[in-house]
Amino acid sequence: MAQRQETPVITLDHIDVRLGGRTILDDVSLTVHAGEFIAILGPNGAGKSTLLKLLLGLIKPTAGTIQVLGRAPRRGNVDIGYAPQHRELEADLALRARDVVGFGLDGHHWGPGWPNRKRTALIEQALQEVDALHFADAPVGQLSGGEQQRLLIAQALLTNPRLLLMDEPLSNLDISRAQEIITLVNGVCRTRNVAVLLVAHDVNPLLNAIDRVIYVANGHCAIGAPTEIITSNTLSKLYGSPVEVVNAMGRMFVVGAET
Amino acid sequence: MLQAFQEFWLYFPLLQNTLLAGSIIAIVAALMGYFLIMRGLTFAGHALPYVGFAGAAGAVLLGIDPVFGLFAFTLAGGVGIGFLGKEAHARDITIGILMTFALGLGLMFFALYSGYAELVYSYLFGTILGISQQDVLVTAVCSLIAVAALIVMFRPLLFSTMDPIVASSRGIPVYALSIIFMALVAIAVAMSIQIVGTLLVFTLLVGPAATAIRIANRPLWAIILAVFLGLLYTWLGIFLAVVLFNGTLPVSFFIATISFSVYLPIRLLSPLWIGRGIRRQRNQEQQVEIEFEHLKARECVAVEVKQESFK
Repeated sequence: MAQRQETPVITLDHIDVRLGGRTILDDVSLTVHAGEFIAILGPNGAGKSTLLKLLLGLIKPTAGTIQVLGRAPRRGNVDIGYAPQHRELEADLALRARDVVGFGLDGHHWGPGWPNRKRTALIEQALQEVDALHFADAPVGQLSGGEQQRLLIAQALLTNPRLLLMDEPLSNLDISRAQEIITLVNGVCRTRNVAVLLVAHDVNPLLNAIDRVIYVANGHCAIGAPTEIITSNTLSKLYGSPVEVVNAMGRMFVVGAET
Repeated sequence: MLQAFQEFWLYFPLLQNTLLAGSIIAIVAALMGYFLIMRGLTFAGHALPYVGFAGAAGAVLLGIDPVFGLFAFTLAGGVGIGFLGKEAHARDITIGILMTFALGLGLMFFALYSGYAELVYSYLFGTILGISQQDVLVTAVCSLIAVAALIVMFRPLLFSTMDPIVASSRGIPVYALSIIFMALVAIAVAMSIQIVGTLLVFTLLVGPAATAIRIANRPLWAIILAVFLGLLYTWLGIFLAVVLFNGTLPVSFFIATISFSVYLPIRLLSPLWIGRGIRRQRNQEQQVEIEFEHLKARECVAVEVKQESFK
């Protein structure tokens, strides 16, 4: 593929992460290229969020080197968009949808900020892209999980990032809402040529959209196409214990391990 | 009523300092209170005055200027709460225990000082009717600094209030901001205690802002409304206390009662407008779903009828 000649967006080289005496990641190496849509899978507590925090510069590796967009990771990098999992916000919080999205644009600048037309236009453009313009003035606490998730994505996209990190955006969403988010993210990925790393628990809704999978388990990582990685063989090696992958009805089910 | 207003006008020169100091504090308290509520720290706003009270009492016992003890303890308490971090449940228990300890400590200090009920009274209820011009000046300067700092921190503070992790990933010093914020709250509280007393500080901090947040839906309007309400309550309270009751009842009582009387109906009625837009939209969506189901059902019946007729 042509993109392999460009500098990779992410390079991890023999990364170790040890926190509080526990080895969270052990000898992890992988490369991610521009415009790739990658799902990060694995059991709870395996280190998926740790991987994201490494890329955001929120934690430092104990050993090994990371390069994100050609440089060491650092906080406040506007070339990385980060969309966390939506939370239950209090219903009576005095913040509108467009206020929340606006944080992505200049929430990190000092001072109160003055309203100006260019800023409003940029925010509305972002809201339009995630199909949230029709509830731009609604208080966020009254929006559904799917709607809030779309706001967080818009917030992450406002600085035109080249890498988008999403921490469990599909959790607590019903199937149709989750599918909407996946379609949205896939569209963003392809039209903007943004590399997307999406942490999820269930790979099935994502199978048609993603290019590769990063499976994190037992402190180890495996990266590759879904059909290569999500196999009984590969996963058993990763977990260090017998794991069975069942293919049924066009879906993949991981059996024998905590997913 | 008209006579009361005329009386108020006569009193005005004497009340100038009172109104000035009260207004400044109402504005600062409303601004701090907005952020306290947004950050879920109202309990801290309740505890800090008592910590300050203990500091003032301890200073009196040691023979030092009570203002020094007041500021020292309140700042220490505020910064300490800032260090406790965001774990709400455990944090509130810790604050509650410290608060009751501080109150008991304060009472003990005053008891050890062999009485001086007047001093206790002035720190619990404030001396708003006996404010000097110097007091007004000090209040104004402290407030200006606190409000200026808050304005500079406005966007990062609001962002880190809403989502500390994303804010942190954007390079905002979330932890440092929360500590600085608590220090500013502590200064505002310590300053306010001298004017309106320990018991009233919380009312001015939380009452107007809590009411405003229920009515407005964006930060700027919520803050403007909170400031307006704070000023209204303060002026009305002073008016009622001085003109209608000749200063026999504490101003604090009137301000607190007005604040409560406004908040309660708004709190009870707010479901009428909060969430109405989104509920309307959900009902419309449900309506579409129901119609869709009916349509499908009719199609199924039509198909079955066709199949039957072919038999």
